[in-house]
Amino acid sequence: MKILVTVKRVTDYEAKIKIKPDGQGVVTEGINMIVNPFDEIAVEEALRIKEKASAEVVVLSIGPKDAAQQIRSALAMGADRGILVEAADLDSDAVATIMAKVVDKEKPDLVIVGKQAIDDDSGQAGQILAELLGWGQACFASKVELGSGKVTVTREVDGGHDTIDVDLPAVISADLRLNEPRYASLPGIMKAKKKPLEETSPAALGVVATPKVLVKRFEEPVQRKAGVRVPDVPTLVAKLKNEAKAL
Amino acid sequence: MATVLVVIEHAKGELKKSNLPAITAAREIAKHIGGEVCFAVLGPGASAAAGNAKMFGPAKIYSAEHAGLENYLAQPYAKVVADIAKAAGASHVVAAATTTGKDMLPRVAARLAAGMVSDISGVVDGKTYRRPMWAGSVIGVVEIATPIQVVTARGTEFAAAAPATGAGAIETFAADPGTSKMHFVRFDATKSERPDLAEARVVVSGGRGLKGPEGFKQIIEPLADLFGAAVGATRAVVDAGWAPNDLQVGQTGKVVAPELYFAIGLSGAIQHVAGMKGSKVIVAVNKDEEAPIFNVADYGLVGDLFKVVPELVEEIKKARA
Repeated sequence: MKILVTVKRVTDYEAKIKIKPDGQGVVTEGINMIVNPFDEIAVEEALRIKEKASAEVVVLSIGPKDAAQQIRSALAMGADRGILVEAADLDSDAVATIMAKVVDKEKPDLVIVGKQAIDDDSGQAGQILAELLGWGQACFASKVELGSGKVTVTREVDGGHDTIDVDLPAVISADLRLNEPRYASLPGIMKAKKKPLEETSPAALGVVATPKVLVKRFEEPVQRKAGVRVPDVPTLVAKLKNEAKAL
Repeated sequence: MATVLVVIEHAKGELKKSNLPAITAAREIAKHIGGEVCFAVLGPGASAAAGNAKMFGPAKIYSAEHAGLENYLAQPYAKVVADIAKAAGASHVVAAATTTGKDMLPRVAARLAAGMVSDISGVVDGKTYRRPMWAGSVIGVVEIATPIQVVTARGTEFAAAAPATGAGAIETFAADPGTSKMHFVRFDATKSERPDLAEARVVVSGGRGLKGPEGFKQIIEPLADLFGAAVGATRAVVDAGWAPNDLQVGQTGKVVAPELYFAIGLSGAIQHVAGMKGSKVIVAVNKDEEAPIFNVADYGLVGDLFKVVPELVEEIKKARA
């Protein structure tokens, strides 16, 4: 069995993000870059399947050259090999288009992605990929069970949980409660340095991925007006009753 | 005339409240392009849903029922929505950014070779939108370069659509869901007497300061009971298993904007604030005076929540008597 997992290089969620003065980007100098947290959960799920059902786990990242670091992190967790497609000017559709080409080559049984990237918050690439391939999808997965030629997935949806069967090959997107990712061990980190990491490009893959969504600029969000500190509960209640009229 | 097609969610004919902000977003887009708004309703109860949707004044309502649409599944639903969009000559397809919208609409976009923008917070013009990024610390102004555009609208950023007049012509659409590689097994509804987080007038949220699941029972719930409020939780608390996943408020959970939001024992990390900063009134209780939540709270009380909240419950009861 072969599982393809994607990891995206994103800004650390604890970093304070500043917009560049010209509004044409965000400042990334001095910002710690990490594996998108939901992608770590995706890698972990692939590794658990590998441990139970014997699989090859291939880690794919589409982005800047430095994303090789994030692939190495996944390899250190236990993935088998990595593929870096060096590309820029991407939107979800372009990413999915490139992924589809990699899927064509690698022919995985399962593709696992994180439900959204915490920089972009778009959450589209996995679904677009599934549609381009004509595959089924199971998004926001909180439980994955491999069956014969299919996968049974429980999904976190509004109002509860929905369980579906999807024929293999399929795309799954990982939600928060799917698993708790393992930390890479020191031996794992050492082994990762020797695992194969193929570096390629959309041109070398023979795919043209033109973004359909263009970022014109970034703006500051509207800030809330500062509030007041209240010294005690009676003051708070009085303000809620008389000022805010919220009682 | 240009058509903005809204995918209307319903449960056996009853329209979900989540549609209303999406209808407003669609109307804004339609105004920019000099177009009209149409609806698509799918699945069991679609004709009843179409009847119920007339009051929002769409020009037309496409109603599609089929055995293959018996239960919601992204693949067949996306195919039928895309087919309706083509039949309607829609320039835009809009849905609420619910889990269904997020699940289905990217597939619709792919079928229409359309660019898609998720979770818009504003419409700039017929092809340009605002959307929160980096947990709302940045607003992206984005343009879709394709002739057909697909968007999901963030529910807290658009007012609920008021009823309107419109032709409301209902057309039964001959749906062909195709062969689905996805198969419905079951749906387990979350059982709660509390209102839906996304719809509640008041939300009481707890963070790590509650020290454990008992904290939710002893501290959060009595306060929530006073208001018939929904209960929310931070990602840390959900991660720790003190509260179920569907109570998570934040960038990767639910985005809410109630009339009143109590932030109890939570520090106010950017990712949590991303999910509640649209609330009308925010009250924060935290023993750490440096907690970032105080930067967004209208009323901040520095103190021990285990003393403050029970006192607050008593004082509110007195104030109402």
